[in-house]
Amino acid sequence: MGFEQFGIISFTGVTKTEQFVEFLKNNELRGTACKSCGAKFFPPRSDCDKCLANDMDWFSITGEGTLITYTKAMYAPAGFEKDVPYVLGVAEFSDGIKVFGRLDKSLPDDAIKAGMKVIVRILGLEDDRLSYELTAA
Amino acid sequence: MPKVAVIGVGQSAFVRAYPGSIRELAFEAYREAMHDAGIKAEQIDASVVCSAPEYDKQRTPAGLMAEYLGLNPQPTFYVESVCSSSSSGLRTAYALIASGLHDVVMVLGFQKMSEISSAESQERMGRGADIQWEAPFGTMMPAYYALHARGHFEKYGTTEEDLALIRLKSSTYGLINEKAVFRKELSLEKILEPKFIATPLKVFDCCANADGSSCLILASEEKAKDLCRKPVWIKGLGMATAPINMAGRDSFSGLKCAQLAAKRAYDMAGITPQDVDVAEVHDCFTIAEMMAYEDLGFAEPGQGPQLIRSKETYKEGKIPVNVDGGLLSKGHPIGATGGSQIRTIVLQLRGDAGPMQVPEAKIGLVHNIGGVGIYGNVSVFGTE
Repeated sequence: MGFEQFGIISFTGVTKTEQFVEFLKNNELRGTACKSCGAKFFPPRSDCDKCLANDMDWFSITGEGTLITYTKAMYAPAGFEKDVPYVLGVAEFSDGIKVFGRLDKSLPDDAIKAGMKVIVRILGLEDDRLSYELTAA
Repeated sequence: MPKVAVIGVGQSAFVRAYPGSIRELAFEAYREAMHDAGIKAEQIDASVVCSAPEYDKQRTPAGLMAEYLGLNPQPTFYVESVCSSSSSGLRTAYALIASGLHDVVMVLGFQKMSEISSAESQERMGRGADIQWEAPFGTMMPAYYALHARGHFEKYGTTEEDLALIRLKSSTYGLINEKAVFRKELSLEKILEPKFIATPLKVFDCCANADGSSCLILASEEKAKDLCRKPVWIKGLGMATAPINMAGRDSFSGLKCAQLAAKRAYDMAGITPQDVDVAEVHDCFTIAEMMAYEDLGFAEPGQGPQLIRSKETYKEGKIPVNVDGGLLSKGHPIGATGGSQIRTIVLQLRGDAGPMQVPEAKIGLVHNIGGVGIYGNVSVFGTE
């Protein structure tokens, strides 16, 4: 199993960044950094659009980030119906790295605010699937 | 740059479920545009066909349409940029004519969205965003625009009531547009009922899916003067793109692609936002129209709410916006939407917009966005 293990439903089977899933298994969220020019990417890329190189290192996204925006979805697309409602958001971490994902379901509505400090948490889902979420720091 | 004109426009009624096939749906807009232009099929040198392919069971619809509309053996091909497909079609047709390759080119937009369920359609629409890194979380268009609504609220203090005012305006004009899918009067109270789709967006902040078609006929200056009594000229075309992934966005209070497309269109037309007499903007959600006010320069960043509170975007205001009801009331058949917006502006500039007419409109603008700000098309039209 490779990248199709990522998320609740994966729409991508094969990618050169599938090592991403191995890092999730080790409880780490990682992006890529270009070995030639140092550009950092999240979500991870296997090709650098800045210098055209294709040799990447992996870096960990750790520490506290800041929630920039969020929404509580009351409806879901096909295949995700059983999860509603769920909160989607974007948070910014160090070096301007932004992370899109769901927020921890146990957070009460009034605890979720733009500007709140968040951390990344890796999630093990049913059927050996893996994902990550944002939760309060 | 050689001049290019729109010499014919047509649109089907936008409806919840069209009782016919896609070729028949397309023919409705085609028939109206051909009557409008007063030309015959053999006078069309080429056609550009636009839709969002994920809804089409038919593969390669351009070939089908060319046959059914009677446009064989002239060239035809397909252009797609999701919700802004037919504005991208306009851009393509303009280039075909300005280059001298063709004299008369048709842009046909269509979408029959009723063939699949709403949840299926949300899932397919959601796949108009990044399927590798975002769709695994369960994404859909209302949630993406809701992230921008929250961004605008946080940065500028915009409220749900401000967004409701935009829907109120839309329903006012939807009522008088015979081709709109939603023609009910709405009260502010009704719009503000807390039926959330993706907070802070509620059911009336979202446009409805619809089936529909649109058709534009473009011509070179020489042909336009020969064939058309009231040609409407393409004055400026701006297009820009922005990252598909939300993690690539610098801002959630506006759409960068729209800001850049607007600048390019204004520069090409040699005008400023204040010169625009009437505009059609891509209000797939109320927040999208709010951001458009600012992205197009009708209001300073953060001043969009003031523009709608003071009713300046009503027909009598300083910059009338979506006085045909917009996507919110007309409905949003993806591939047909841009052509429908352009049709409205062409009718306005000709003085043929009936009860929706903005008096003495000379310069009109169309803002048509694909995906959540992936593709931005801004087009400026004029009477001269």
